[in-house]
Order: sequence, then C-alpha cells, then structure tokens
Amino acid sequence: MAPALFWTFAAIMLVFGLLVVVSRNPVASALSLVACFLGLAALYFSLDASFIGVIQILVYAGAVMVLFLFIIMLFDLRVEARRKMNVSAVFGGVVVVTLFMRVLFDVAYSFQNGNAAFPAIERRPEGDAWHIGMTLFQTYNLPFQVIATLVLVASIGVVLLSKRELK
Amino acid sequence: MNPLPWIILFCPLVAAAVIALFTRRLPKLSSYLSVAAVAVSFLAVLPVFAGPDQTGGFNWVDVGSFRIPFGYLIDGYSKMMLLVVTGVGLLIHIYSIGYMADDRGRSRYFAGLSLFMFSMLGIVLANNFVMMFVSWELVGVSSYLLIGHWFERASAADAANKAFLVNRIGDFGFMLGILMIWSASGSLLFTDLASKWAGLNLSPAYLAAAALLVFCGAVGKSAQFPLHVWLPDAMEGPTPVSALIHAATMVAAGVYMLARVFFLFQAQPATLTVVLTIGLITSLLAALMATQQDDIKRILAYSTLSQLGLMVAGVGLAVPQAALFHLFTHAFFKALLFLGAGSVIHSLHHEQNIWRMGGLQHKMPVTFWTFALATLALIGCPPFAGFWSKDSIVAAAFARQPVIGGVVSVVNFFTAYYMTRLFVVAFLGHARSQNAEHAHESPPVMTRPLVVLAIPSAFIGLPFVAPLFLPFLEHEAVAALAILVSLAVLVAGVLAAFALYRDQDSDSIRIPLFENRFYIDQFYNRLVRWTQDALAATSAFVDRWIIDGGIIRGMGGVTWGFGFALRFLQIGNLQAYVFLFGLGVVLLLYLVLFAS
Amino acid sequence: MVTLNDYLLVSGLLFTIGFAGVMLRRNLIIIYMALELMLNAANLSLVGFSRFNIQNNLPDFNAQVFVFFIITVAAAEVAVGLAIIVALYRARQTTHVEDLTSLKF
Repeated sequence: MAPALFWTFAAIMLVFGLLVVVSRNPVASALSLVACFLGLAALYFSLDASFIGVIQILVYAGAVMVLFLFIIMLFDLRVEARRKMNVSAVFGGVVVVTLFMRVLFDVAYSFQNGNAAFPAIERRPEGDAWHIGMTLFQTYNLPFQVIATLVLVASIGVVLLSKRELK
Repeated sequence: MNPLPWIILFCPLVAAAVIALFTRRLPKLSSYLSVAAVAVSFLAVLPVFAGPDQTGGFNWVDVGSFRIPFGYLIDGYSKMMLLVVTGVGLLIHIYSIGYMADDRGRSRYFAGLSLFMFSMLGIVLANNFVMMFVSWELVGVSSYLLIGHWFERASAADAANKAFLVNRIGDFGFMLGILMIWSASGSLLFTDLASKWAGLNLSPAYLAAAALLVFCGAVGKSAQFPLHVWLPDAMEGPTPVSALIHAATMVAAGVYMLARVFFLFQAQPATLTVVLTIGLITSLLAALMATQQDDIKRILAYSTLSQLGLMVAGVGLAVPQAALFHLFTHAFFKALLFLGAGSVIHSLHHEQNIWRMGGLQHKMPVTFWTFALATLALIGCPPFAGFWSKDSIVAAAFARQPVIGGVVSVVNFFTAYYMTRLFVVAFLGHARSQNAEHAHESPPVMTRPLVVLAIPSAFIGLPFVAPLFLPFLEHEAVAALAILVSLAVLVAGVLAAFALYRDQDSDSIRIPLFENRFYIDQFYNRLVRWTQDALAATSAFVDRWIIDGGIIRGMGGVTWGFGFALRFLQIGNLQAYVFLFGLGVVLLLYLVLFAS
Repeated sequence: MVTLNDYLLVSGLLFTIGFAGVMLRRNLIIIYMALELMLNAANLSLVGFSRFNIQNNLPDFNAQVFVFFIITVAAAEVAVGLAIIVALYRARQTTHVEDLTSLKF
C-alpha cells in the first residue's frame, strides 16, 4: 500500500489515541477512541487482514465502545474537577514513559529482515475468512470452546456484579 | 626377652591393683603387700644393675606405619635411677608402716604409693617418648592422690589440685615437643633419635623449639621457675610422700629426662643457655626464700627446689653426668632429711614449726645424728656425698664463666646458711614448747631406715665409690679454685647462721620479700583471676550482644524489617502499582535488550 | 514502500500512548480506555507479523487467530471491568482513582 495512505491512517490512529489520553471530557475520550479504532482497522486492511479488520470494527468500535459510552452516560460523568496535581506521581509516570520511549526508539528499525518489502501473497477466491475459520476450527478448536465458555462466564459475572443487592 | 625389667615394672602395679580392689578394709595386709612388691622390684634390680646394657620391648600400637613402642632401655643412667628409686622407695615404704600407723586411710595410701612406684619405674625404664610421657602423667596422678591423702583438709585438696594443674602446663609443652620430634623424625625411640636427630637437617628454630618444649616438661615436673609454685604446697601430703616423691624421685624425673634427651640440646646449643638460666634463677630464688621459712618441711622443700635448680643448671652447662651424680647423692640425703623431719613431726604430735621445737639432741638421738649427717652432706661438707657431687657442678660453672661460678657459690652460701639455721633452731638449744618437752625417739620401724640411708649419704660420693654405681661418671680434674670457694662459702654460711640463731626464741631477721616467696603465688592468683574475668567478660559480651542481640534479635528484626518494608508496597493506590509495574517492565526490557 | 518496521514502530507508539494514559490519568474510565489502546497496539504487531511470515503464499493465519482470541477476551474483560466500575461507583460515588485507598496498609 502506498506509504502516503499508510502514514495517513497511522497518524489518524495516533492522534486520536493521544486525544483519548489527553481529553478532559470522558465522552470526548470515548469518541476519540472510536476514531482510533477506525484508523487501526484501516491499517489491518492494509495488511491484507480483512477479516480481522472487520471484526475490529464490529466488536471493538461497535460493541465495546458502545458499552463504554453507555456507562459514561449512565453515570453522567462530567468533566472531572481539577484536583491538586500529585507531582511525584506525575513525575514518576513521565520518567517511566520516557524510558519506555527511549527503549522503543532504540529498537525501532533494528530488525534487519523487516526492512524489506512484504512478500507477495496469492489472492485466493475464498478470502481470508475461510482460512481463518479453517485454522480456528481445526487447529484451535479447543481454545475456541474455552473462549466461548469464558465469554459465557463473563456474561454471568457481569449480571451478578450489576445487581444492587444480592437477595 | 629378659623378664626382669618387666617384673621390676609391674610388681608395684599388681600390688596397687590388689590393694585397690581387694584389701581396702585390711590396712595391715595392704601395707605389707606394698612393701613386698617394692622389695621384689628392688631384688630384681640388683641383677639388672650388674648385668649388661640392653634394650627390648614390643609395639603397643602397630597400625600400618603408625607405631608406638613399649619397652625398656637399660643403660648407665637407668641402672643408677633404678637403684635409687627402688632402694630409697623400699626404705620409705618400710618407714611409712610406722609413720602412718594410726592413719585411717592406710590402704589408700599404700595403693597410691605402689601406683607411684609403677609410674616412676615406667619413666626410668622407658625407651621411647610416648611411654615416658604416659608414665610422666601417671606420676602426676599418683602425686595428686598422695598429696591430697588428707583430702578433708581444704589446704591439702587445694595443694593437690595446684600440683596437678601446674604440672599439666609443663606437660602440655612436653607433649608439643614430643609431637614436633615425632613428626620431624618419624621415630620415638631414644636410641634411634640420639643417632638420627642431629643429622636430620632441621632448621635451627625448629630444633630450638622442640628442645625447649620438651624442657617445659622438666620445668613443670622438676619445679623450676616459673612453675615451681606447686612444690612447697605439696608438703601438705604425709612426710614419707614428701620424702619419696618430692625429694628423691619424682622431681628428679625431670632432670633424668633431660639427661636422656640431651641430644636435643646438643643439636642446638643456644637452648642450653635457656636451661642454664632457668636453673640458676630457680636455685637462687629458692635459696633466698628458704632463709625465711618457719615450717620444717617448707624449708626442706625449698632446699629441694634449690638443688634441683643446680641440677638443671648442670644440664645447662652441658655436663648432664654431673647433674645426674648430684641427683643420685641428693636422693639419699634429701630422703634422709625428710624422713628425719617426719620422725620429729611424728614424735612432737604433728608439730611442724621449727620455733616450737628445740632441745631434741638427747631426746631423739638417732634422728638427731642422722639429720646432722644429712645436713652436712647437703651443704657440701667433705667428705660426705654432697661435697663431691656439688663440686662437679661448681667446677663446670667456674670453667664456663666466673660469674656463673659466683652465682652458684652464692647459692651454696645460702644453702649452708638456711640448713644450719634449721638445724640450730629445731634441734639445738632448749625446748620451746610442750610437745618438744615431751619428745621421745621414734619407733625402730622408723629409725632403722634413717640409719640405712645415712650410710650412702656419707660415703656414696667418694671418688672410688661413686663410679661403682654410676658407670657413666667421667673423672675430671678437680679444680682447686672451685673447691676453695665452695669451702669458703660453706664455712661462712654455717658461722653466720650459728651466730644469728644460737639460742634464739624467735627469728631476728624478717625479710617479707623472701618470706612471702617473692609474691609469685599472689601474682599467679591475680593472673588466673584476671584471665578468668576476661574470659567471662568476653563470653558475656558475646552472649549478650552477638548471640542474643545480633543473631536472635537480629534475625527477628530482619524479618520484621522486611515485613515493614514490604508493607509500603501495599499502597492501595492503583496508579502507584501501575508505576511500579511499568518501571519493572522497562527495566526488564533494558536488561534483555541491551545488557546481555 | 511500507515495511514491517514501520508497522512495528506505529504499534509501539500506540502502546506508549496507552501506557502513558494508564499511568497519568486519574479517571477510572479513561484508564480503562487507555488499557484498550495497549491491547490494540499488540494486535497490530501480531497482524503485521502474520503478513510478514508467509506460509504457502498465504499469510500466517495462526497469528490472526490469535488476534481474534485477543479481541474476544478483551471484549469479555471490558464487560466485566465496567461492571466492576459500576459497582464501585455505586458504593463510593467516585471514579477518581485516588479516592480508592481502602487497601492501603
């Protein structure tokens, strides 16, 4: 994919991600996060992972963020009041983040093989959904069942946790 | 193998065992058994004495290359000592029958005496270091048992302890010396070592150390300075014990041992200077201390110390034969002196202070004359035995250096002085107490040994008699200077004592320094107490601060501290947790990526 | 042309942003959203590698299945987490993280 497109979508993703972290208004954060996910999905498409990209939008942007927004609206969270800044905590956080970024930039572009273009792939008529499905149900059948059970359990847990009082 | 040495050695042991196991309740039988055993030993000595030099034995421990022999060595030295030990021993055993007649612990006493005879004969007969050392220790044990015979008296029990402990100190050095010799040469036999030792090419320091450590044993056993403190206190034991052990035989064992292992000192002549110095110091100190004592046995004890010092000095002057000669004569007249003192003590109902005796000349004639003879022998009056033996040492002293000869002569002067003092105060003049008034001669079982001992005291030193008993004695030209000086100091000392003490009722001279034995005992007391206090304080400190505080409270404290420190991690603040988490991850990344 | 390293860099940057958000924000919801950012950054890396490791002229679908699982689990986690936050808000009437200190020593 053309570098220009890549960098555009990457920039969208990063900028909105930054906005998530920086906004004072929770709703603004949530909506920024949605936009970030859209950018991310675009990047997935650029990697020929169309199924994943679609899943990303469906599940994340569609379900998870909606949930977030429900909660925010439920509690009527406003702009949070300014509080006295905990200097030491902020300082510590900044230090750790800086160190992390330093590490990141030290290792970036040091993976030699990664400097080549992506190898070519064959475009199959069935699309990658078919392939992912095959891999999922053949090789990873058991983990799939486990994940299903996990989601079930999570749902039950959520119901339980939301009860006002256990009668 | 010749059975005689084994008979000599083991007869007294058998007697001791039989008495200890079977005849405790039969004191008369015990005493006869003991005397019989010594008599048998003495009779067995006579053919050995006349016979040739020989050696023999077997290996007591024989494990691979580790061998401890057990055997006898009959040569000139041991023949002489055998004669002295069994002969004088026999006479003292007979004397004891009379002296201890009304003592409740007679069986115990005779068992101890027999055990002592066995041990002493072990030392004399031993042909190797280990056997000698074992017998050495046994002699110490017997001495302990016998000094503490009247153990209900606190002073006697203490004296026994003191003797054993002080001896132990010397024996420790002795053992170290033996180990050094054994490890360097691999052999323990005296005959072997005598020929091998000088040729081993050991460093002079090693040779000196081995010789001096072995000398430590002699310092302890023969009561040389600074380990002399036990001998005067050992007079707490019965007088025959003092005569046998602490005059004639046990204390002489040290000198005997030095003569036996003289090759050690020959290999490193510097050690002889040490030996000589210690001998001279002991001799002089003891003589000075004796001039101020009032207990008859104490005076004799210090006299023994002084003469032992002379003998050790003789070894230090590289004339061990002269030292042994003096040892030989000294055994007889010192035993006689002690037995005579015992006779006096016995008949004056255990009175020992010379200022409460007196006027015994006609009441106890046998004791009086034998004591007089022994005194003359001790102070070196010719022609009696002491003169010849002392003279050989004096001559060697003058030959080495006039100063040394001078010191020895000073010692001889004081010897004459205090012995005359003793004799004049105890025997001459008028009776100074009730007991002295009512004194009478001792029974024959006690006076006959006195007479028998008087004969060698008089004659055995003579130049044509001595070599019969001491085959190793070399005839040296007798120096005229030495004889003159000796005679001069002799006369001076006798006259001085006579003048000062004739017909006195109490001592006119009081020198606290001598009377209190140079405060050496107090010094040792202080030293031991200081050491114990220091040890106790150190232990207390270690216990309280290091063990209690450091280790126990420390461990508890460390655990508590860890808990306290870890507590601060439970901050409850979510973002602090995240911070720590992130920090950890970053550090890990650094480590993995860059530091490996 | 765009290379794998570009994707990885972007993924790392996204992760850092999410991490900073978790460290520095005080509002529980915002923290949670930043957490999602981090998960997604990991997903991006995985998909990048999936495209990079070719098997039989096709991307390596194992990684994409992995991403699928991650998304599922993240969804379940969000559900439960938000339920907890709801319960917490009902109890404490606050979503400010510094007010939640009852586990302090």
